[in-house]
Amino acid sequence: MDKRGMNERIQKLREISVTTPVHIDLERARIETEVYKQWEGKVSIPVLRAMTLKEYWSRKTLYLGEGELIIGEKGCDPQASPTFPEICCHSVEDMTIMSERDLVSFHTTEEDRRIQKEEIIPFWTGKATRDKILDLMTPEWKKCYGAGIFTEFMEQRGPGHSCGGEQVFTTGFLDYKAQIRESMDALDFMNDPEAMDKLEELKAMDISCDAAIILGERYHELVLETAEKEADPVRKAELMQIAANLEVVPAHAPQTFWQAIQLYWFAHLGVTTDLNPWDAFSPGRLDQHLIKYYRKDVEDGILDDEKALELLECLWVKFYNQPAPVKVGITLKESSTYTDFANINTGGVTPDGKDGVNEVSYLILDCMDEMKLVQPNSNVTISRKTPQKFLKRACEISRKGWGQPAFYNTDAQVMELVNAGKSLEDARRGGSSGCVETGAWGSEAYILTGYFNIPKIFQLTLYNGYDTYSKQQLGLELGYAEDFKTYDELWNAFKTQLEYFVDIKIRGNNVIESVFAKYMPTPFMSVVTNDCIKKGKDYNAGGARYNTHYIQGVGIGTVTDSLAAIKYNVFEKGNFTMKELIEAMEADYEGHEAIYRMVHDRSPKYGNDDDYADAIMRDVFDLYHDTISGRPNMKGGKYGVIMLPTTCHVYFGDVLLATANGRKAHVPVSEGISPEKSADTNGPTAVIKSCAKMDHLATCGTLLNQKFTPDVVAGEQGLDNMASLIRSYFAMDGHHIQFNVIDRQTLIAAQQNPDDYRDLIVRVAGYSDFFRNLDKPLQDEIINRTEQSFN
Amino acid sequence: MTNYITNIQKFSIHDGDGIRTTVFFKGCPLKCQWCHNPETQRYEREMQIDPSKCLSCGACAKACPNEAIVMAQPSDRQSPMPETNKEKCAFCEKCTLYCPENIREIVGKAYEPKELVKELKKDLMFYEDSGGGVTFSGGEVMAADIDYVEELARLLAKEGITLTIDTCGYAPYEKFERLLPYVNTFLYDVKMMDPELHREYIGVDNRLILENLVKLARSGARIYIRIPTIRDLNGTEENIQATIDFLKNNNIDPAKVNLLPYHDTGSHKYAKVGMTYEGTMLEAPSSEEMEKYVNMFKQAGFINTVIGG
Repeated sequence: MDKRGMNERIQKLREISVTTPVHIDLERARIETEVYKQWEGKVSIPVLRAMTLKEYWSRKTLYLGEGELIIGEKGCDPQASPTFPEICCHSVEDMTIMSERDLVSFHTTEEDRRIQKEEIIPFWTGKATRDKILDLMTPEWKKCYGAGIFTEFMEQRGPGHSCGGEQVFTTGFLDYKAQIRESMDALDFMNDPEAMDKLEELKAMDISCDAAIILGERYHELVLETAEKEADPVRKAELMQIAANLEVVPAHAPQTFWQAIQLYWFAHLGVTTDLNPWDAFSPGRLDQHLIKYYRKDVEDGILDDEKALELLECLWVKFYNQPAPVKVGITLKESSTYTDFANINTGGVTPDGKDGVNEVSYLILDCMDEMKLVQPNSNVTISRKTPQKFLKRACEISRKGWGQPAFYNTDAQVMELVNAGKSLEDARRGGSSGCVETGAWGSEAYILTGYFNIPKIFQLTLYNGYDTYSKQQLGLELGYAEDFKTYDELWNAFKTQLEYFVDIKIRGNNVIESVFAKYMPTPFMSVVTNDCIKKGKDYNAGGARYNTHYIQGVGIGTVTDSLAAIKYNVFEKGNFTMKELIEAMEADYEGHEAIYRMVHDRSPKYGNDDDYADAIMRDVFDLYHDTISGRPNMKGGKYGVIMLPTTCHVYFGDVLLATANGRKAHVPVSEGISPEKSADTNGPTAVIKSCAKMDHLATCGTLLNQKFTPDVVAGEQGLDNMASLIRSYFAMDGHHIQFNVIDRQTLIAAQQNPDDYRDLIVRVAGYSDFFRNLDKPLQDEIINRTEQSFN
Repeated sequence: MTNYITNIQKFSIHDGDGIRTTVFFKGCPLKCQWCHNPETQRYEREMQIDPSKCLSCGACAKACPNEAIVMAQPSDRQSPMPETNKEKCAFCEKCTLYCPENIREIVGKAYEPKELVKELKKDLMFYEDSGGGVTFSGGEVMAADIDYVEELARLLAKEGITLTIDTCGYAPYEKFERLLPYVNTFLYDVKMMDPELHREYIGVDNRLILENLVKLARSGARIYIRIPTIRDLNGTEENIQATIDFLKNNNIDPAKVNLLPYHDTGSHKYAKVGMTYEGTMLEAPSSEEMEKYVNMFKQAGFINTVIGG
């Protein structure tokens, strides 16, 4: 493994971060169990949640690494992964499996399993939100969930996906306490029936602020003690400076670049410790939030680019030190990664609409280039105003082939957000976090609720609602494939089935939403999210300024090509009958070569800038969008759609037999808005054109993957071409594009000799991961994604 | 005559400026030993098949409604291979559906000018952002029906799409003249200065090619000189110097000179169209030699000389 980092300090810190095995840390779970045992029922639920955080941070094992400049860990040391038994209480068997599985393993000791068995399981069994959800859930939902019609994000994770606004870099926790006090004073106990609930919520927020201040004080003490014993005068001085920083943050507003980063880090720890919102927490527009501190420090002569970069690299190590909480079962399949999806967007525009690229933006690019870490997920957001120099510098890093940065379209993001009801200024403060999801950062709870298997619903449509994979009736009885005499009849049946399953999903979402609103408030998150304090309402109960729910559509390429193959061959050309097609599909196309060739190679395919197929894609997209977008959620907000798979296209393909487009049984379905694997044969411009026919501005995010061999993007000309592809796609309102620049041989070699390629990072879908961490079907899938090679 | 197109290659980044779409015309008057597009040499449509992947299963012969395919035993193969009777083949493509290896493919498709331009227009956004456009290549576009090519050029100009012509220069000058109003850049191959060698390796004399180049230059056309460079053949100091002298003596001032090192990536395609690759002895000059030739051009005042397209 190559040593990366600008100097020896960073190299050492990075080395520790990437070589330490991920391990389970039960300290949080034990302290939480004690708090619940003592206080549950005696105090309100929000207060109980806040007390849990306060108690944990008052007692937790502190970590201060050698050479660290930014301090604080979620668990007891780097790569420690605290658990959240209140959400998902793992069985002893789970603990063994997670430790022993080859991929995305979390080490557990015998002692861990003993504690889990004797202390955690007895208290939490039947009480975790996972149990509550399954108790209250409808039988239809359970059947669909089990059969892979959709997944559920909150099944073993808290509602997540959040990104800090400016306040996270400017506001001390004493300042928040003053705001909370003000809001408490304004409560109307005479007329507002919710006043008492609001008071409890505000009390909980206040306790959360105390928790942060206590953690800061404890670290302050530890740093002073360490400094006293430190023999090296240089390190001693550093420690004294860190101690001085801790006298300011997190209690007060930061005064310097260094303090601003440290304050952010405490907030990050708070959010991810409070309730493990998947997709972690992100610093949002890090460059814009830091620039005022950077400029002032440079003017004061206490900061130069080298020092600023070093602090950023220290922050990068901190991100990497935190694996995403452990997942099991279907949730592991939909998101098979350690990545916690902290997504930093650099560039974009300022709240008043000017170009947002500044000096820190370029430092962040240098930092991601140097650190080459999959966490944080570092990306750029490109507007019409973004200087070409910035775009090309980002392309230069991207073409190195490890998947970062991905490119987001600022102008599209802003329009998507405005279209979803945000103010223009809040929209400009927003961007994409997690993978590609847009949100008004610092002001919005935008919750992904689960992936939706669109090709599977079409498959059921051909079988009268019967699932040939799980062998049970899941859908409505609207007829078999041969009963549909016209394409329109088939389409209408598909439409009705899709609407039916969306209803099941949303009904289930409502159950989950109310469980979290009632039992799992998240007071710390509420402190740092705009309007929760003002409203006296929790983030999980509609406290944020904006509240949006997403359902992520998967497999639009597969379903489009299936519809196109049927329309073209059965209803128009009469090349074969529906009966013959179904027979071929049921035989996995064995012995049906001609039909296979026609559907697989001789039918219109999405991804080739062919209006025949692309119009069908648009129909599918419009149907999905119109069925979901604008529906109310339980927080007073609305639903939106995203076209994003993470790793779920592999799972969704696994639960699906052969499809009408020639895709064989159990093979992954298409990912993001990318065409079906190998269906695009006209190069990247055709893919981009096809993808742009979707109405990206009506979504809340889409994901497009492009893979190049290095030669295609070599030289200055290659950079120009890459930049042109991006600019052109964005001019057509494309939301996001990411590049894998790797040759196929390298990937095959890496699959055969994983140990020789331990450093190899690939873009999976909205994030990058080590190739060795992916399972074989996903590795195959990446190898097989159409390799765009030219001349 | 019908003009056939073998390929419309989008995101073409080595045939002129920016992001381009390259149209490969079928048919060429030259027979360059190093040709890497053998499927573009003949003018007529043909059935292409990869013999190395043929399973000898006979599915194609069985599928053919015209009995145009028979299984024959070639002397250089252990198992039989399908042989297509060109007279009987109606290019119905039925055989291609039944080939389990999907190795049968028709090369050459005819397009109405409007239909082709509609296809070429699709990437307009990319041309505009990158300074690209459409390139006509081949085969040899100047060997195609000039009425057809001119109509295409006119329609492209109407759409505001810039056109580059990639040519070997072996065509009557009147054809070039008709395209001049529509062409932005000519990629003009100057393969060898020695007429004897030219005849031997390329099959025709180079006089017409050089004359046309002089005339084109005088007309004010924007020209990139392209030299596929082969070791000891035209990749010699002598030939490079002769080329430079020719350009100098005729006051030709190309916008760019591309020295394209020989490669044999097209050699595997020969068997598919029933041809034999004759260039197995050819090789590329060393990178030092290539550098040397580039410097010779630069020192002669052709500053914009680069290796590769």
